[in-house]
Amino acid sequence: MAEQDWKTNRRVFAAVSLPTLFWIIVFFVVPMAIVWLYSFGENRGLTDIAISGTLDNYKRATEWLYVTIFGKSFAVAALVTLICLIVGFPVAMAITFASEKWRPWLLLGIMLPFWTNLLVRTYALMILLGSQGYANKGLGALWGGASWAKTLVGLEPLPTWEPVQLLFNNFAVVLGLVYVHLPFMVLPLYAALDRLDRSLIEASLDLGAGHFRTIMRIVVPLAAPGIVAGVMITLIPALGAYLTPDLMGGTDSQMIANVIERQFKKANDWPFGAALSFLLIYAMFILIALQSMRRKVPEVH
Amino acid sequence: MTEPARPIIRIQNITKRFGKMTAVDNVSLDINAGEFFVLLGPSGCGKTTLLRMIAGFELPTEGRILIDGQDMAGIPPNKRPVNMVFQSYAVFPHMSVADNVAYGLKIAGVRGGEVRDRVAEALELVKLGGFETRMPDQMSGGQRQRVALARSLVMRPKVLLLDEPLSALDAKLRAQMQFELSELQEKVGITFVTVTHDQDEALSMACRIAVINKGEVSQLATPSDLYEYPANRFVADFVGSVNIFEGKLTLDEPDKAAVDCPGLGKVYLNHGVTGPHGADVWVALRPEKIYLHVPGAGKAVTAAAQDAPDGHNFARGKIKGMSYLGDITLFEIELETGARIRVSRPNLSRHDQEDFTWDDKVSMHWRADSPVVLLG
Repeated sequence: MAEQDWKTNRRVFAAVSLPTLFWIIVFFVVPMAIVWLYSFGENRGLTDIAISGTLDNYKRATEWLYVTIFGKSFAVAALVTLICLIVGFPVAMAITFASEKWRPWLLLGIMLPFWTNLLVRTYALMILLGSQGYANKGLGALWGGASWAKTLVGLEPLPTWEPVQLLFNNFAVVLGLVYVHLPFMVLPLYAALDRLDRSLIEASLDLGAGHFRTIMRIVVPLAAPGIVAGVMITLIPALGAYLTPDLMGGTDSQMIANVIERQFKKANDWPFGAALSFLLIYAMFILIALQSMRRKVPEVH
Repeated sequence: MTEPARPIIRIQNITKRFGKMTAVDNVSLDINAGEFFVLLGPSGCGKTTLLRMIAGFELPTEGRILIDGQDMAGIPPNKRPVNMVFQSYAVFPHMSVADNVAYGLKIAGVRGGEVRDRVAEALELVKLGGFETRMPDQMSGGQRQRVALARSLVMRPKVLLLDEPLSALDAKLRAQMQFELSELQEKVGITFVTVTHDQDEALSMACRIAVINKGEVSQLATPSDLYEYPANRFVADFVGSVNIFEGKLTLDEPDKAAVDCPGLGKVYLNHGVTGPHGADVWVALRPEKIYLHVPGAGKAVTAAAQDAPDGHNFARGKIKGMSYLGDITLFEIELETGARIRVSRPNLSRHDQEDFTWDDKVSMHWRADSPVVLLG
């Protein structure tokens, strides 16, 4: 069978897969292994690290300070994922049920932000949210309008508008992360909803269910694989988010990735940074393991 | 039917356009309470669109639909007294059989023991008793269809709509389900409206059939009327197999008529056709209505006229094609005019197929009331 050659012929298989394998080993497995080894080492001078097999780095990671930052990172990532799901599901449904003519444009609209560098997008968002930004100007205009309306009916005007602090706090971090991760949620949801047999929705309506009940009882359960995929693909990068909390967060909104960065740079404590990195990786492994253990939704063709 | 027919669905001047395409073109028809009604037509003729408009999944561009006297304009699918069995069955894959069947009941506010009783009753009706806890992916296509039927019937709708209900089943199962659906319909007494492109299915199940072509009703009749008295060439050709010859009406009296066909010769009928004299008409002749003879050895083929009983039409030709189908054999015969005609012949004995071979000269005859003269 000619079309099976690549599977049965080892040489062909090797020729095709070796470059990739080489790439993964040299640029992923080996560096990760080095970092893993560092996590069992200790500093001996500025650049000298001795891999002594110590568990001190992991012990230090269980200190209250780091546990709270881990916990906070999880909480922020979970909140971001939840908001992305709540916002993304209706968006994905809207794209799925849009007319053939509109669908590619709507998908393009979702993917367009990927064409711009994350840093540029983050700064753009910061300009929008700054104390002199459009968000504050807009709110100020509304405030002024309300104040003017009050004077019209003979009441005291509102006090002068004070810009709201929209940046450099936890709110800004969550907003920024939702903004960055929303497409990651929408695309798997769209893929799952697009596969859904439309007649299942029609059958539900036909049997007397309203639209809301149809979504909750039929669409959501059947889109579960897409929801799980979207949650994972949002939660994992959000958990390791570095740039957004660094730029948009305040002093109290650093996430675990910022702490890790500091170990490798300012603190120059590579072994401890390596230990924190691997704790984060283990946490993600657990998440992925949990996902693969979930009950498979049966499919009927 | 002894009681007078009462229309449960009235379709009045319904037109449906998708952009520039007209799917349903000014259709009006009444479907009577308690009948098994079939919408028959080739794919893309608008029959499914019509069904979906009754269910409420499509909105008519013009015209109105009344169900049990009530105008359906502005009434969404979930508020209509009809239920639908989808072509793909649309059984909810994440629910057990019992949950599937109970879905509509629970929404309708039926509670507790009554749900269980009615689900069990509905499953019994479609011969799926004991399957309550099964999941759809553990069932065959035929069983899933029964779940879909039970799920709709349990709602006791005024009308049950079925979209190509048998198309996904294999031939044997399809034949069995045709009987079962008719039986079921008689048992529950609910009006069934079925869409199909399969004429056998339509003929075997329907009380009445509406043949749809290009968004219009070509003919509305009982199965036997449709087959024996087709109103036009489309119906004659679509329902069953037929030979059609073009000709001119040369004689048209109350008790006899004649059509001069260049292909078939002069065709006599023992009844009038009330068409304009000299008009272009078409003669439709079903293959099974033609008797086929091989003149005995040594006998001249010119004896054809003597083979034909009194008052029969006759013709001569040569066998150009044969296909043995077991119960019947289909012949393609080249007439002396060069035109071809199809004839089917039941294999009454086990050796019948041995009597004929290619290029045999044969004679044919048919009753004077067998041909149908079509004006359009």
